[in-house]
Order: sequence, then C-alpha cells, then structure tokens
Amino acid sequence: MNQFQYTRVTTPKAAVSAISTGNGSYFLAGGTNLIDLMKREVVVPERLIDINKLPLATIEKTATGLRIGAMAKNSAVAESELVKKYVPLLTMALNAGASAQLRNMATVGGNMMQRTRCAYFYDTAMPCNKRSPVQAGADKGQTNGPVGCGAIGGINRMHAIFGASTKCIAVHPSDMCIALAALDATVNVSGPKGDRTIPFGDFHRLPGDTPQKDNTLLPGELIMSVDIPTNKFADHSHYLKVRDRASYAFALVSVGVAVDMKRDTIQDIRLAMGGVAHKPWRLIEAEQFLRGKSATEANFKQAAMLAMNGAKGYGENDFKLTLAPNSIIDALKTATKTA
Amino acid sequence: MTKDTKNPPIDRVDGRLKVTGGANYFADFELPNMAYCVLVGSEVGRGTITSLDTKKAQGAPGVLGVFTHQNMPPIPGWDAPVGGEADGPAPKPKREETYRILSSPKILFDGQPIAIVVADSFERATYAASLVKATYNKQAARTELEKHLSEGVAPKGADGGNYLRGKADAYQSAPVRLEANYTIPIEVHNPMELHGILAHWTASDKLMIYAKTQGVNATQQAMAQAFKLDPKNIHVHTEFMGGGFGMGLRTWPQETAVVAVARKIGRPLKLVVTRSQMFTLVGHRPYTVQTINMGADTNGKLVGLAHAATAETASYEDFTEATVNMTKFMYDCPNVSTRYRIVRLDRSVPIWMRGPGEATGAFALESAMDEMAHKLNLDPIEFRLRNYTETDPEHNRPYSSKNLKEAYQRGADAIGWSNRKNEPGSQREGDWLIGYGMSTGVFSAFRWEASARALLKADSSLTIQSAVTDIGPGTGTALTIIAHNVLGVPLNQIKVEYGDTSLPKAPTQGGSAIVSAVGSAVFDACTAVKKQLTELAIKEGGSLAGRQADELIIADGVLSVEKEPRKKVALSELMRANNLTVIDKSADSKGGSEQSKYSMYSFSVHFVQVRVNPLTGVVRVSKAVSVADSGRIVSPKTAASQMIGGVAGGIGMALTEEASIDHRFGRFVNNNLGDYHVAVHADVPAIETIMIDKPDPIINPMGAKGMGEIALIGFAGAVANAVFNATGQRVRDLPITPDKLLRKLT
Repeated sequence: MNQFQYTRVTTPKAAVSAISTGNGSYFLAGGTNLIDLMKREVVVPERLIDINKLPLATIEKTATGLRIGAMAKNSAVAESELVKKYVPLLTMALNAGASAQLRNMATVGGNMMQRTRCAYFYDTAMPCNKRSPVQAGADKGQTNGPVGCGAIGGINRMHAIFGASTKCIAVHPSDMCIALAALDATVNVSGPKGDRTIPFGDFHRLPGDTPQKDNTLLPGELIMSVDIPTNKFADHSHYLKVRDRASYAFALVSVGVAVDMKRDTIQDIRLAMGGVAHKPWRLIEAEQFLRGKSATEANFKQAAMLAMNGAKGYGENDFKLTLAPNSIIDALKTATKTA
Repeated sequence: MTKDTKNPPIDRVDGRLKVTGGANYFADFELPNMAYCVLVGSEVGRGTITSLDTKKAQGAPGVLGVFTHQNMPPIPGWDAPVGGEADGPAPKPKREETYRILSSPKILFDGQPIAIVVADSFERATYAASLVKATYNKQAARTELEKHLSEGVAPKGADGGNYLRGKADAYQSAPVRLEANYTIPIEVHNPMELHGILAHWTASDKLMIYAKTQGVNATQQAMAQAFKLDPKNIHVHTEFMGGGFGMGLRTWPQETAVVAVARKIGRPLKLVVTRSQMFTLVGHRPYTVQTINMGADTNGKLVGLAHAATAETASYEDFTEATVNMTKFMYDCPNVSTRYRIVRLDRSVPIWMRGPGEATGAFALESAMDEMAHKLNLDPIEFRLRNYTETDPEHNRPYSSKNLKEAYQRGADAIGWSNRKNEPGSQREGDWLIGYGMSTGVFSAFRWEASARALLKADSSLTIQSAVTDIGPGTGTALTIIAHNVLGVPLNQIKVEYGDTSLPKAPTQGGSAIVSAVGSAVFDACTAVKKQLTELAIKEGGSLAGRQADELIIADGVLSVEKEPRKKVALSELMRANNLTVIDKSADSKGGSEQSKYSMYSFSVHFVQVRVNPLTGVVRVSKAVSVADSGRIVSPKTAASQMIGGVAGGIGMALTEEASIDHRFGRFVNNNLGDYHVAVHADVPAIETIMIDKPDPIINPMGAKGMGEIALIGFAGAVANAVFNATGQRVRDLPITPDKLLRKLT
C-alpha cells in the first residue's frame, strides 16, 4: 500500500471543503471496498478524508417517507423497525448482501459508491478500461495496468447483459441499490456548489465510453442521505438473489419486487434487477405491462419477456438470458402470494 | 485395550487452547531481530524476464534486501531437486528439469516468484515488493487441459498408467451400456491459515524452523538435503496447523529460499504468503477429465468397466495420484481396465488435496454407477449390492474388514431412502424439486512406520511424545484415548506432546494414516510401560506377588486382579515402592506380514437430499448423512467432526468450488476467498454422522482405520446423483452451479 494522508472531519461542510482541496482525495466511510482497492493498488489515493464521524447516521420518518442518513450502517438499516415496516424490500436486499461482518462496517453512502467486483478491474496485470488509464491520484501518465476490457472474450460469467459497451461489461455489485432503485429513492448530496437531489435511477450510469465513471456525482460532492417515498408495497415485497453459494457471494441475477395488490390484481408495481448491468436495472416496460393485470404465471412470463428487450450475452454469461426472466417470474410469484 | 469396547466421546484435548488463542501457529512466533519477506510473483504464465528493476524497492524504507535470480544466495544442495524430499509421502520430482526458485529468468507458471523482498516489517516488505517491476519476453501459456488432452503421458511406475483385468473392451458387448465424461476443475485447499515459514539460523550450521508443514520430519529432511546439513542440526516445530488438507505435504521451494535468504541476511526471517499466492505456490487439486465406459447385463450385473483419467501437471514436475484406483477393486466385475495420463502444462504443480485422486475418481465412478442404475431401472443401492464383493478383486485377497452393506443400510434408514422415488423429477415441495442421492467412498488404510515415547511419572501422570503434527483432525485427542485405554491413566492426567523434531520420529500427517501409524506406536510404548508395571507388581515381594500378568487389569491409575478387585495397587505406590520417578518407554512400530495378506480399506457411504429450484437452477443440500466404516473409532467426537468437515468440503466440491483461469493470460481470476467459493454455513445443513465402529481385526492393535479422506471421497457424486433424481438432468462437470443446471433444465 502506498503512503497517503489521512484527515478526519466531523462536519459535512468540512468534508466537502477537504475533498475539494486537491486531486487524489477520497472519502473513507466503512472502508469495506476502498481499503481492498488500495491494497491491490487499483486505487492509489493521495489523501483519505475519514467521514465516519459525520452525524449522518439517522433513520427517520418524514412527511413524505423515510430518510436514511448516508453514514447509517447497512446492518442498522436492515434492522431498523421503520425500514422493516415501511420498506421491507430494503431490509431483504441488505440482508442478502455481503456478510454480517461487512454489513456492520458498510454504510449506505459507501454501498452506493462501491466499485464493480469484475476480476479484471482488480488485477492490475489484466486489461481494464475502468481502472486504466490514469486514475486520480496516480503519478501523472501512470496507468494502473493495461487498457482494454479483459472480460469481453474472457471469464464473464458474472457480467452484464444490459446496457454494456464495447469498453466495459462490468456490473454494479450492490443489493441495497436494487431495492432503492425499485423504490424510487432520491439521493441528497452536498457539494462545493451547494445541495442537490438526484433521482436514484440517475445516480449510477452506464459505462459507454467512460467506464471509469460509475455515477453522476460531481467532483467534491458528498452523499448526505437517501429519501424513500411513502408506498403501498410493504405487504408484497420480495428480493430474490440467485448466487453460487447461499451467502457471501455476489448475485448472478437478483430481482427486487414491490407490489401493491388488491385481491389478485396488481394495482402498482416496482421491479428492478441486479447483476445484469453497470447500474441497478429498472424494468419499466414490465412494470407498465403488469399494472392492472392479475397475478398469473402467464402475465409474469409476458412481463419477463418484455423485461429482456435488448439483453445481450457475452459467452459465459449467456445463461443469464434464461436466468433473468426465470428469476423475474420466480420473484413475482413469491411477492404476489397472498399471506 | 479391550477391542470390543467403544471409546469415550471426549472433548478435543487442545480445544481450549485453540479457542482462547493459546495455541501457537507458525506465524505466531516472534523472534528478536526478526525480518519479514514478501514474494513478488510473475505476471505472465510463460516466458523470460528481460529486465528486473529492484532499485526503488531497495531504496524503500526498512528494506534489508531484494533477492532475485541475479543475486539469490546459493543453496548448497541445489543439485538435488529443491522442493522434493527424501521422506514421507510427498512426491519426488520425477523429471530432469525441475523448478528451482529464483535460479533463472525463465517463467514456468503465472505467479512464480521473481523476487523476495526483505524488510524490517511486513508492511514495509509489502510496499517495497510493489515497487519491483519486471518486463518479460512473453509466450502464450498453455494452461487449458482440454486443449492438450492428446499430449497425455503415462506416469512412470509399476503399471505405467494402465491396468487390465479380463478383457478391456468387454463393456462394448454388454446389453446395457454407458459412456460418460466427467470433469473436475482446479480446486484449492484454502485452509484459513496462510502458508509460510519462519527460519532462524541459530549457528552457522544450526537451523530452527517454525513452518506450516504436515510433517516436521519431512521438512527436516528436505532442509538437510538442501543445505547439506546433518538433520540433527535442524529443529522443526509445527505443533498446530490451521488446516492443511494436503497443501503442507511437502516442502515448497519458497520455504527453502527463505531459509537461504535468512542465512544471507543473518536474521530470523518470516514468510507468510498472501491468499492469492495460496492458489499458485502451495499446490491444488488438478483439473481432471475422466471417461467411464460401463456395461451391464439386464440383471444388473456388471460385465465390463473402463475408467480413463487425464490430469494436468506442471511442465517441470510430474504429479500423479490414484484417480482411477477405486475402479479396480470396488465392484465385482470380471473385466476392468483403467488408464491414467498426465499433461504437462504451464501451471504450478498440483498436490494432493483431501481425498485426493480417489475423490476425483469416485465422483466419476459413483456418478456412472447411478447413471447405469437408472438405465437398468434399479435402485442405486440395489445395483451396488448386486455387484458387491467380499474380497478384493484387484489383488485376489480378503479385505481386513468390510462392513459396507451395513453402512448402506444404516445410511439409507437415516436419510429416509424409502421416500426416494426412482423416477427422476417426480417429487416436489412447493416450487422446489426434491431428490435423493447416494455414493460410496473408499480409501486405503495404511499403517506406516512411526515412533512414540511414553513417560509415566510417580504422580501417575503420563506424557506421550511423537513428532507428528496435528493438522486439525484431533490427533492429540486420539493419542490421549489410546494411551488411556492401555494404561488406565485418567484422561486429564495425560499430556500429548507433538509437532516437533525433538520428539520420536513420525510420518507426515496425511493419507488418513496417523491414528493407525502413530497410534500403534503409542499403543506399543504404553504397553511396554504396562509390562514393566505388571512385572514389578507380580515379582517376589511385589504388591501382587504370585499373580500372573494376564490376571491383572489397569484402570483409574490402579493395577488390580480382574476377578478380585480388592487385590490392587496404585501405580504411584508401585513406582514409589520401587524407587522409580519415571517409567520411560519408546516404541518403533510398523505393520507385519498381514500387510501383504490383506487388502485394507476404509469405506464410507454418503447420502443427501437436495432441493432444486427449476427456474433458477439453484441446488441446496437439505439433508446429509455420512456413514464411516473405518474400524474401531478411537475418538468419537473428533471423528464425527472429521466427517462433518468432509461433508462441508464435499458440498464445496459438488456445488461451489472452482479456481478459474483466463487461459488467454494463464492467470487466475478468482484467487481470493470472496470469489473462490468454499461452502459457507448457509450451504451446509445439519449433518448426521454414523460410525459403524467395528474393530478391524488385522490392521493394528486398536482395530482403527483412517477417516480423513473417506469423509470427502464420494460426497460430490452423492450430490450429483441427487440432483439427477430431483431433475432428471445429469451434470457431469463440477461444480454444479446454477448456470450449468439451468442450461439443461430449459
């Protein structure tokens, strides 16, 4: 690990001000991903700004829904009575992620900021456009290993089937973010130019020609909190995570479903998928199709088919073209079961 | 020891030490003035180093030296193959061109050490190692076995990789035939404890080593050879090991290199490899491709059986294992042929991994048995019983003991085999498919040469000594029970000292052989103590004068006349009366002529129930029952733990474990514990273990056979067979991940 400066801040204002004073500065929250990236020299910060003392860990009910502080630990959010009551999908998604030890360290903001787990990104001997060329903080002109996309034509069993580019087919690894995307959350950020709110669906981005950018945060912006609007989905939520082992594995495919049911009819629905794209993948067409329909397997199949529009496999991950729609059907069946 | 008595289920004798941090593993040792080293690995899989820049590293804070092929201190025994060894069950390099660490710019495998960076702290060594930069003349690395199957070579050895009984092609003319290919990926041992060594030259010709080795005597021999030292001048200590599973069965080249560098810098030197280096520097289960041809008559009797296996090895060393052996003797079949080949690839050399080749072979054979049973519309147990053999058809001699029929029955009862339906895909619970599967496991029961010492003190406390390492199965506990059974000393007054070359010589812990080997030596040493005690008691003027030795029994620290319990003498009293402070007996123990008269094997049967989600291809093992037929169980609790560990490992082998290489680079892509999936708690259901617990009358005085390997051997086949029963789909390539099953289900 390279030498770096370490600064601890106690107010959001100081955090924003600290990160804006130089290149190569990173916020350090739970550190469950950043420290690994530093050990592997995928990220080589000049300065870490420790934001663990920021008073941003509150989980509260607001007039329009729930507000969750960016520094709330994943385990605290998962165990929150408010979250369990109003947005159980979020509890399920959080509990499906990582391990108990990691959830005890990881924060909501950090979870959103975590990088892909694509093996080529983590191995500086392998080609990766997301990691190289020049990372902020690296010596000028130095790249962290070869450019190119190792996953295209390589081991890409875990990789994207939606929205990928010729530069990058990595997926966003979060479970929590799938639930937040499904629940129409918004992200409150504070930056050098003031505060703003980003719809969750616009927070993460597709790789395009700039796969090094995971999200739409502007330089120096700090995530303050996440708002989840009030909904009627609490009775019919399900997070299905299909993975290679029963715990501590990233999703091959995951599906977050939140339904407002009236008898057998789907009044309203939210659907999002994980493990399939560079960002949480909302299934807008499938949602539109299912609204007002009855909860039948035939309708689920039709919705799953619609959801697969534009899907593309890259070889080893071709199975996701079957697994994804099947998982949508499976998750819909579970979510729409009447208690 | 009374053979007919079952043994007490005592707790692990070192359990408290282990859970309180009192047990010292090699890396726990800290020596004054100790330095730390870190290995820099090659980033190409084949080629030549064209330049190596170590300047930055040498100038980094705390750095004491950077050693490469350009300045590596000499190893006097370099002429001998470094990394092979003279003793123990480790493989000897069999080829001219062996790999000698840091001796040339040639790269033979990805991750091959190209530099050793030494510093005054681990962190500084790690940082400096990151500053070493190499350029290479790169060549395409040949790492994909399936592309090089035609390059298989027969291993040197008695049968040259071929075995034949009867006619090789008899299966072709059988009325019911099966041909199937099975593959096993690279698996990595991945014990929790990382590998490494701490080397300390205490004098110019004296060496103290703390290592992660399964055999301290073997490491002592290897280092004596490498450094041309008298083995007596080398002291190796490995009392505890945080899991071995085979990766500590030999002395690895980097260990030898660390010893050489320690001498050069004149300080004790410690190496702890990284997790990703565990994938390349300490062996693995080799990728293996197998074909089974099987023919049976319509009554379910085997007519012919052929088993061929091809496995990867390194370009620089031939590694072989007993992948096809089980097929030679497991079933009553007149026509059997086996063929075993290895392919030399640009990979680091494999090593035995729990169950070793037998686990690989059993997956193929026992899957094929299940496939054939299905073709014959027979229950898989019934099919095995129709081909059951009471004598070893390979060697034409009796088994020392075999209770496999009873094992089938007890396992079937425990899992609820009667709930199984022979028609695949016919059982559901909600949306999940349910299936049952079973498989047999078998492994040689060895009795190697071993020594032990027993010291009975006048306070009637007993110390047992042997150099054997306890890699985790509960060796100390088993030896305690054996000593207790012979000498009647209360369990809490027995102390076992092990894992150190200052103690009586013992074989490397491996091959499920230690209770048999070292246990017998302990038995013999304690028996010698008992003999002296008895003689003292019955001699003229003794407390039990006039009695015959065979009238006496020993229990609870008291020697007494079996039929007249009041006639007795306490051991402590007997020793004091004879002015003895200690009775000290050593024993060298080995098997006799029975070794060639009998075939000795441990057997196991594994049963599982699985649940399969037909939409997602997810498989969950919902019940597991493992039955061991391994003679008298010496230590019931630790034996059960062995079986449980085997099942957990078996679930990993069946469903999750695979080290993946991107063959374009010859480089692993999942060389960490996040991406290489060992089974976690959530994957493992409650496991029922059943011990047949009948003494083997031949193998050794305890009647005990090993269990470490059979706990795993066959398990993966049971899962694959259960998945077939649940779905009607056969997955022949491990691990059975959702993608593979889904492709077949849809």
